[in-house]
Amino acid sequence: MSRQIEYRDALNEAMSEEMRRDQRVFLLGEEVAQYNGAYKVSRGMLDEFGPKRIIDTPISESGFAGMAIGAAMRGLRPICEFMSWSFSLVAADPILNNAPKMLYMSGGQFGCPIVFRGNDGAGGQLGSTHSWCVEGLFSNVPGLKMVIPSNPYEAKGLLKTAIRDDDPVFFLESERMLGDKGEVPEEEYLIPFGKANVVREGTDCTLLSWGRPVNFAVEAAEELAKEGLSCEVIDGRTIRPLDLETIVRSVKKTNRLVVIDQSWSFGSPGSEVASQVHAACFDDLDNHVHRVHSHDVPAPYAANLEQEMLPNARRICEAVRSCCYVA
Amino acid sequence: MTTLSHPAIAESFPTETLLGWLRDMYLIREFEIRTMQAYQNKKIGGFCHVYIGQEAVAVGCVAATRNNDPLVTAYRDHGHGLARGMAPKYGMAEMFGKLAGCAKGKGGSMHFFDAANAMYGGHGIVGAQTPLGAGLAFATKYEDEVIGGGKSDKVTLCFLGDGAVNQGAFHEAMNLAGLFDLPVIFIVENNGYSMGTAIERGTTMAHDLGAKARANGIDHITIQGMDVMSVYDGMKPFVDQCRENSRPGFVDMQTYRFKGHSMSDPRKYRTKDEEAQYEAQDPIGRLEQVLKTQRDVADADMESIYDAQKKIVREAVEFAENAPAPGLDELYKDVYVEPFGPWTGTSLPEMLANDPNYNGGAR
Repeated sequence: MSRQIEYRDALNEAMSEEMRRDQRVFLLGEEVAQYNGAYKVSRGMLDEFGPKRIIDTPISESGFAGMAIGAAMRGLRPICEFMSWSFSLVAADPILNNAPKMLYMSGGQFGCPIVFRGNDGAGGQLGSTHSWCVEGLFSNVPGLKMVIPSNPYEAKGLLKTAIRDDDPVFFLESERMLGDKGEVPEEEYLIPFGKANVVREGTDCTLLSWGRPVNFAVEAAEELAKEGLSCEVIDGRTIRPLDLETIVRSVKKTNRLVVIDQSWSFGSPGSEVASQVHAACFDDLDNHVHRVHSHDVPAPYAANLEQEMLPNARRICEAVRSCCYVA
Repeated sequence: MTTLSHPAIAESFPTETLLGWLRDMYLIREFEIRTMQAYQNKKIGGFCHVYIGQEAVAVGCVAATRNNDPLVTAYRDHGHGLARGMAPKYGMAEMFGKLAGCAKGKGGSMHFFDAANAMYGGHGIVGAQTPLGAGLAFATKYEDEVIGGGKSDKVTLCFLGDGAVNQGAFHEAMNLAGLFDLPVIFIVENNGYSMGTAIERGTTMAHDLGAKARANGIDHITIQGMDVMSVYDGMKPFVDQCRENSRPGFVDMQTYRFKGHSMSDPRKYRTKDEEAQYEAQDPIGRLEQVLKTQRDVADADMESIYDAQKKIVREAVEFAENAPAPGLDELYKDVYVEPFGPWTGTSLPEMLANDPNYNGGAR
């Protein structure tokens, strides 16, 4: 019987294993140490690694993100936890102006091997300010890498790679998935960046997504199979680097693409992929690329409005039927 | 809260040491004069902020530290780079936008970096370097204590302007430094103006900036920054204490910039009388006077030192003029360490390849 663990424990294992392997790695953030993590992701880590490597910070995102970047400039490898990516907005200057530009501005002298990680995305009735999907905002910036794991296996393998990466990595987790269980092997593994994962093969339409909505895409594909539509589902895994090759290979087979991206549609990873696929597959497409995003409104509180605002299986099914001219 | 008094240490130093400080201040002054000329001749673009008048601060502070103590500053950064030992030609070539520049022409005037001399920039957003300074100090302490298993043994110098004390990042950095016992000294180069705004118009407790330190439980001192000997005398025991105790410090370094905030500043917010009053306190003239009256150094000897610096800077300008612009292949280099997609990885600037002090350790 293979081992099943929660998403939060997969993250914990990735960090703990990398901290055992490399003394330069440390974790800092709000409530990561004595409280055992606001969402229990870092539980037990203070006991194992002590307060010099598992560091509780004050509520001071701009300060501690900047401090972590300064430490990374000397070659340490900080893991900087944002309780929510929504709170990273007050640290916009350090995470956007310093981390991804340091190598360039210093002419190759100082890199920034840092991982920023935390919860991204709505779904918990937290209202507009706590429900950010930062993919659209931050993927615009060259110099950073962006990773969005879709299940516990992905979370562990991708986080280990992120910690070993020499560039700044924005690692977008999902609070809604922290308790999800999935198969995670006991033995060590890493998942490389820039290699999308075909999680379900199909012939009629390609569904591409990242993070939590990958699961909705699978759900939609199962539903659509009953209607006779065969969907190929791709977990993009990383937005920067973007694995266009795998996407294009699939689109050349299915001739249709629906991108599911939980950020807002305007200037988003979804619109970028649509643009790149239209250029690369102009003669292969039987319809324009369809997109399912969060509706173009601030996140509402009411549960029914919030669920409708986010990409969900029903909205994905509608987009696929439209893309396949099955209305 | 202790406020240290300044002992007279520099007075006991041999004349050669003081002449070395004079040489460094001459170098910065001459470098900045030629920078202004080159800017006016449109050889240098963008924003450019010169250090004339404040030379004693960088030279005195650097003298009070070791060359592997990290240093980070804001965009008025030429003086710090030169005081730390960057060859002027690499700084000038940077401003000329040449591949041979310290940052391969990708940073410009505001972004002098020098890994061989623990110079961590050159940062453009007011106050942004203060959390970085805390982080450099966090890192040296972590390296010494967690990785090395010993005692923290480095001090980070984090320079900022008086305008930066009103940024949130500064207060967050001070709180973190106080909370985590970080060996960093925040040095406010208090020249009285954040661009065109006099300090009283933008800053509470402007008469006593130490209040900002006391609020965070951080030791603070005030230093007369127009006198390099006074800068050294104030900084040396403060740096030693920081190294010993691994506790942060804060310095209200009182200084004055003789020129505008940047090259485009007509200085209408201050009077000619005020400028004249400070120019009479020129840190270079002051040290020349000490050397002449107390050390019997002849004017001609100092002139020959100045002439030598002029020659070095003249050659730096020639080097910058003649150096090639970066090839277009540099556009996609240094974005990511590992090559992928259109990005072609990273490489070090010529400056480090030619520096015997650089062992690759800082990266």
